[in-house]
Amino acid sequence: MAEEKKLFKVKIDNITVEVEPGTTILNAARGIGGDVVPPAMCYYSKLQGSGGKCRTCLVKVTKGSEADPRPMPKLVASCRTTVMDGMEVANITSPEVLDARKGIVEFLLINHPLDCPVCDQAGECDLQDLSYEHGAETTRYEFKRRTFDKVDLGEHIQLHMTRCILCYRCVFTADQLTEKREHGILDRGDHSQISTYIQQNLDNDFIGNVIDVCPVGALTDKTARFKNRVWFLKPVDAHRNCDNPKCCGKTVLWMRGNEIFRVTARKDQFGEVENWICDTCRFDKKDVKDWVVEGPRNIDRHSVISQGHYVNTVQPKDPLVEVLDGRQPQLLFDIHTTSQVNRPDIDLSKIDGPAHSDDFNKPKS
Amino acid sequence: MGRKLLLENAHIEGIRYYDTYRKQGGYAAAEKALKSMGPEAVLEEVKKSGLRGRGGAGFPTGMKWSFIAKPEGVPRYLVCNADESEPGTFKDRYLMEFIPHLLIEGLLISSFTLGANACYIYIRGEYAWIPDILEQAIAEAKNNGWLGKNIQGTGFDLEIYVQRGAGAYICGEETALIESLEGKRGNPRIKPPFPAVKGLWQCPTVVNNVETLAAVVPIINYGADEYIKLGTGKSTGTKLISACGNINKPGVYEIEMNISVEEFIFSEEYCGGIKNGKRLKACIPGGSSVPVLPANLLLKTAKGDTRMMTYEGLAEGGFATGSMLGSGGFIVMDEDQCIVRNTLTFARFYHHESCGQCSPCREGTGWMEKVLKNIEYGKGKMSDIDLLWDIQRKIEGNTICPLGDAAAWPVAAAIRHFRDEFEWHVKNPEEAQRRNFGLAHYADPLPVPAAV
Repeated sequence: MAEEKKLFKVKIDNITVEVEPGTTILNAARGIGGDVVPPAMCYYSKLQGSGGKCRTCLVKVTKGSEADPRPMPKLVASCRTTVMDGMEVANITSPEVLDARKGIVEFLLINHPLDCPVCDQAGECDLQDLSYEHGAETTRYEFKRRTFDKVDLGEHIQLHMTRCILCYRCVFTADQLTEKREHGILDRGDHSQISTYIQQNLDNDFIGNVIDVCPVGALTDKTARFKNRVWFLKPVDAHRNCDNPKCCGKTVLWMRGNEIFRVTARKDQFGEVENWICDTCRFDKKDVKDWVVEGPRNIDRHSVISQGHYVNTVQPKDPLVEVLDGRQPQLLFDIHTTSQVNRPDIDLSKIDGPAHSDDFNKPKS
Repeated sequence: MGRKLLLENAHIEGIRYYDTYRKQGGYAAAEKALKSMGPEAVLEEVKKSGLRGRGGAGFPTGMKWSFIAKPEGVPRYLVCNADESEPGTFKDRYLMEFIPHLLIEGLLISSFTLGANACYIYIRGEYAWIPDILEQAIAEAKNNGWLGKNIQGTGFDLEIYVQRGAGAYICGEETALIESLEGKRGNPRIKPPFPAVKGLWQCPTVVNNVETLAAVVPIINYGADEYIKLGTGKSTGTKLISACGNINKPGVYEIEMNISVEEFIFSEEYCGGIKNGKRLKACIPGGSSVPVLPANLLLKTAKGDTRMMTYEGLAEGGFATGSMLGSGGFIVMDEDQCIVRNTLTFARFYHHESCGQCSPCREGTGWMEKVLKNIEYGKGKMSDIDLLWDIQRKIEGNTICPLGDAAAWPVAAAIRHFRDEFEWHVKNPEEAQRRNFGLAHYADPLPVPAAV
């Protein structure tokens, strides 16, 4: 039994859990699940070095450890604080934490444009969920919000910096997934922005993942932008054999009927990407034939996306097939060449004046 | 006349150069430390001296040094924090400009104690002329065998490098300084790990203020026992105070930490009283980040005792009725100064200097500035004062680095002690544009609580 690792006992909101040494409080809370999980806007378990910035995951450590039971003097960022044996943490049981979190949400929102009605992220936006759960109904901010000019990042990715909450996730993604990071944070304070030095395309075979990690609508998919609302789309799991060795090929297709509106990576219950996908899968494979559809994706029933009741929907019978007696419908067609009344062998340009039915009469033979 | 340790020879002509400095007994401490004491003895001496960090936080230096991790085969670094950007503080500039060899000697002794073979001076970008002075001094020290390989035949190697910052206040925070020194964006790191374990290039690092490192020299020269005799209680030795504002004699003063605030402001030896015969209204005793105090609380504590110029004396009463010694940037304000305007200036500064990494500071500092601007320019509402209080409360303690606290404290203290003046600004928006609130009751003696 000597090889067995000693587990640390942690009590979060009076629920005891045993975790391996080196686990963060946030991950320990995720092990418990449910309401005791602090919200995280910048931490991303798959991105090294992320976290600690947004401060929404602040918790109170009421007992440091078994060896040193002193409480920590300040609220700590649970995503970057590792557990100690015997640690006791208060998250939703501490009014102080809830108050601080409410303050953080207010700070995050004062410069956010709140243009959810025209934002593509609406419905799957972490900030929207966060403010719904932890924010106040009104704002006390009476000043002009900070705005930025839109930056062009190439044909696939739209950057709308005004919506950004500076979580740094996309910077870590580009650092750790792609071969070369071309964007970063410029300037400082509340005018700091995600940008490239000189406007240039973000072009790298995994850069599309920055769209998935973005907690708000700052980085959106240009190939899907403004095409549909996420809650009108039907997410289905699908996969394909991707040539890229680093890409898993396992994705979610967001479909309506047989049309694929966008392709994203699969996200777990905490909104984090399970496996990264390459840009070819994401941006170029928009045909059902490219994919092997596995079935509908389970969506958290609290999410607005599940309001679409897409599961087990029956496609209405299309009457057109019967009407046309087996012929394929054509939306735009040249009536002259397709018509069974006109004769294609007669060249319209050679007829004097407007064509008349007489012109197509077959000579009786 | 208080005893001087750091600025003892500052008046001597040519003290900037090696020959004069050596003639005045310079590098004697280094010789003593390297040749006869050894690292452990020096560390013990510094611990015994009770020297506290002079950069603002006042953390015991000996203890900081003993925390440094000593894994095998990993280099250790000493970083000298010369990014003195706190508004009102200019003591390190004086030291580096006039007695650079004192700093270099201090760096040599400290590096020797820590076992660091490379030492970096991270200097504020705006001090554009000082790197030349330091580099000249480093070259002189090297020529005389005090730097480089095998210093004075003891087998100890040390190189000192000077690195200029690019003008960011945040790079005075030790982890942001390390990031900047590594050539990255000056964002503070999330602690732990602390620099003593993983600092510069992930190696154990100690970051100390210029004055702290310079103070090591007299400690070794005269011995810790002699050093403790100066000052009071846990505030041992001498402290450089950079006095500015509405006083007759602004400048850098070295004080023994056993005088009262009143003596410091009004005696001829130091500030020489308030300029133009005005009356004292308020004072920020330790650089812009520390709470501002009205005259009545500055000279006497809430208990009615005389307030002393020591770490404990200025902190007496906590933040409710006290302040902090901080970095020693002593800003004095007379009756013509407007606290609202002054607070706005600081809020603008912290808004400008916030690194933008964590949300409370990034968004909150800008918000406070805008609200304060409204109040100052006659567009404020009564609810704005409570709003300000709420914003600062939600920034303080919730940020990665102390800049958030530093931005929140001045606003909090201004509202705590000068709420009348804020309310007057809101109620008399037009009058507030024309005249100041004046001294009001801020110098009136406080009711002394009856003995219980």
